[in-house]
Amino acid sequence: MAYVAVKGGERAIDNAHAWLAETRRGNPDVPEIGVAQIAEQIGRAVDRVMGEGSLFDRELAALAIKQSQGDLIEAAFLLRAYRTTLPRFIHSEPVDTAGMAIRRRISATFKDLPGGQILGPTYDYTHRLLDFALASEATVAAAPEASHPVGEMAHVHSLLRHEGLLENDEPAAAGEPGDLTRQPLSFPAPRDVRLQALARGDEGFLLALGYSTQRGWGGTHPFAGEIRMGEAVVEIIPPELGFPIDIGDITLTECQMINQFKGSKTVPAQFTRGYGLVFGHSERKAMAMALVDRAMRAEELGEDVTAPAQNIEFVLYHSDNVEGTGFTEHLKLPHYVDFQSELETVRRMRRDMAAPMAEVAQ
Amino acid sequence: MKGYNFAYLDEQTKRMIRRAILKAVAIPGHQIPFGSREIPLPYGWGTGGIQVTAAILGADDRLKVIDQGADDTTNAVSIRRFFARTADVATTTKTADATVIQTRHRIPETALRDGQIIVYQVPQPEPMYRLEPSRVETRRMHALADYGLMHVKLYEDIARLGHIGISYDYPVMVNARYLMAPSPIPAFDNPKMHMMPALQLFGAGREKRIYAVPPYTEVRSLDFVDHPFHPARAPHACGLCGAGDSYLDEVLTDDRGGRLFVCSDTDYCETRRADGQVGAEGVPVGMPGGAVEATQ
Amino acid sequence: MSATIDLPGFADPARDAQRAFRAVLAAMAEPGSLRMAGDDLIAPAPLAPATAAVLLTLVDGDMSLAMDAATYPAHPWVIFHCGTTLTEPAKARFIVALDCPDLSTLPSGSDEAPEESSTLILQVRALGSGTPYCLSGPGLRSPMILRADGLPADFAAHWAANHALFPRGIDIILCAGATLVALPRSMTVENA
Repeated sequence: MAYVAVKGGERAIDNAHAWLAETRRGNPDVPEIGVAQIAEQIGRAVDRVMGEGSLFDRELAALAIKQSQGDLIEAAFLLRAYRTTLPRFIHSEPVDTAGMAIRRRISATFKDLPGGQILGPTYDYTHRLLDFALASEATVAAAPEASHPVGEMAHVHSLLRHEGLLENDEPAAAGEPGDLTRQPLSFPAPRDVRLQALARGDEGFLLALGYSTQRGWGGTHPFAGEIRMGEAVVEIIPPELGFPIDIGDITLTECQMINQFKGSKTVPAQFTRGYGLVFGHSERKAMAMALVDRAMRAEELGEDVTAPAQNIEFVLYHSDNVEGTGFTEHLKLPHYVDFQSELETVRRMRRDMAAPMAEVAQ
Repeated sequence: MKGYNFAYLDEQTKRMIRRAILKAVAIPGHQIPFGSREIPLPYGWGTGGIQVTAAILGADDRLKVIDQGADDTTNAVSIRRFFARTADVATTTKTADATVIQTRHRIPETALRDGQIIVYQVPQPEPMYRLEPSRVETRRMHALADYGLMHVKLYEDIARLGHIGISYDYPVMVNARYLMAPSPIPAFDNPKMHMMPALQLFGAGREKRIYAVPPYTEVRSLDFVDHPFHPARAPHACGLCGAGDSYLDEVLTDDRGGRLFVCSDTDYCETRRADGQVGAEGVPVGMPGGAVEATQ
Repeated sequence: MSATIDLPGFADPARDAQRAFRAVLAAMAEPGSLRMAGDDLIAPAPLAPATAAVLLTLVDGDMSLAMDAATYPAHPWVIFHCGTTLTEPAKARFIVALDCPDLSTLPSGSDEAPEESSTLILQVRALGSGTPYCLSGPGLRSPMILRADGLPADFAAHWAANHALFPRGIDIILCAGATLVALPRSMTVENA
């Protein structure tokens, strides 16, 4: 028999890419999906890719989803690899979510409150029955309009503040907030960097961690103080102008979890907060983020650090799905040099073991 | 490549990486944190090595890329193409002709010389991560040069197995100060790092660390006086070129225990065969048939 | 002053910075060896071409930079071309000096982060001639002699104190004309 050394890697790669392109397109008799269709009709996937890709651009996120055949982690990776080549012109001012144009706002802690509860476009009370009508194209009736416009709504936590029952906002850190896309993580990681890591973090990972805190792995006694979704204004201050100008709106989902806190020797019992903020309409992610944010404050608040969600190093080093998928999938790269060295070691260990056993047998 | 800077990275990123590389050379074996960028290859596939190579590469360089010792494995091909596209740089498979060699898992058999640079792709820069997963803790251990944990692990191996049970990524002491992961090269390659004339740079993209060994620097594999370091290779000669001193890949040829041992360093093997060396199961280069015949 | 700013930086920033970097890298990898940098650069007085090339190659707005008073006429050029502002030496990661400062006053990093230390870009009268120093350490197969004109008389003693901090410590890039030499903290430097 003949042994043919593995050659032609370059041609194999070209062929693989051609096959991939053909597979991505699928049956040519079916109309090709457009980027605009993805941006409009697969919006939740677009939101997730923008969040985990750290880039607010619906068209590019939709393109990435098309290019990755709907593999959302692959799409986030595509978006990030593009984002990293873009020059940074300026930092925006902090967005004012209190001034958000509200599409949805609910609180689980009060039956009613100023501004009211606004359900908005939610799946919450849909019965999860497959809607076979969607399988065929049909026109959708316009949703009824509100009888009066929804105005600005104060945050729930600001309504409680005067009683001192709820911790105040931390004073803004001096200087620019940290940015882990420019500086490697170092510990102790400040909360701004932690929140950035969570906002970019994998939704599934944060969901599992947040869920684990509810099952006793670092309990935080959470209440959904408020969840709001809508459009917030982004402002920048150009140095040559010296005052803020509006450069556009972005869709955000914000979650304020309110958590019981026993108090300490110096601080009376009060409620603390965990915070979640993500691009687009992504309530599950914002809520999970708020749970994990609060769990990671355990040490700061004098609580025992016992559970995975409370271990800042563990959470921050494993929340990034682009890092995680790369390293998990790199196991499919050739490792035969290392495997060969292990083979020799295991063979040697078996020989070492066999020799005394043979002696005993004699 | 249109729309991108020379060697893909922007100049500000290159400056950041270059500063980290200089610190790494000044503190041999110490891991320098750097602002690793997201680049268009997945983490774990050489993103650290690629960033280091992109930061040092110039139009005058000749680049060699190997994976498992071979120039033609798919990831080596892919990375070589990346630089051919983004930096229009000359590439070579000849170890002796290369000015920069990016490698995954091997050091070439041909001795490297003064002026060459070898860039290692590093999946896990922390040599103690299996013993202490917290990088906050291991950083403290490096600061104190407290490597007792690793010595205990090796000692326990000897007590239990009769010898040290690490066969690749075998930890080394650099310049008698820092414990360092040599990247997952076989322990067979470790001695090549000691007093190597070439500059050795290590890039870990996902873990965001760069480290280095300057030329002519002491690199000792950890061992004990009564259990000296013992680099292993398969006890065979290369079936194609007959080399008895090279690291070998074991290739299965059937399901009845048939196997062929061949050099993992393809350039080394091809150079020897071009010089007329023939192994027990090879045929001379240039014989009709094209494929390399191997009887079992 | 504006005449200084008008002097150009690198003609081809990507190419020229890469070449200058490789010179610095080779110098750092083989301490004491003479390398060329900035030979086609018109440096703003009183900076030597090598000093200017090292600055353009390594310093930008992300890095804190200090320059001693004697370099004053070149400050506008450096601020413009490096896109940085100047700070005091005790806070700087890069320091440019025509007179060797007291190394013990410069940031030398911490045991956990010895890389958070200063690099001193020290311009001297000449390299390759002048006082001989004996160098040994990583990067050198055997001890070598470096000649430099313009280092303080007690430089070897100051360096010994710096080297004793290892892995903390200051790294120096010596520049003269279009040549440079690096002295990483790992080096032993003695009067020859």
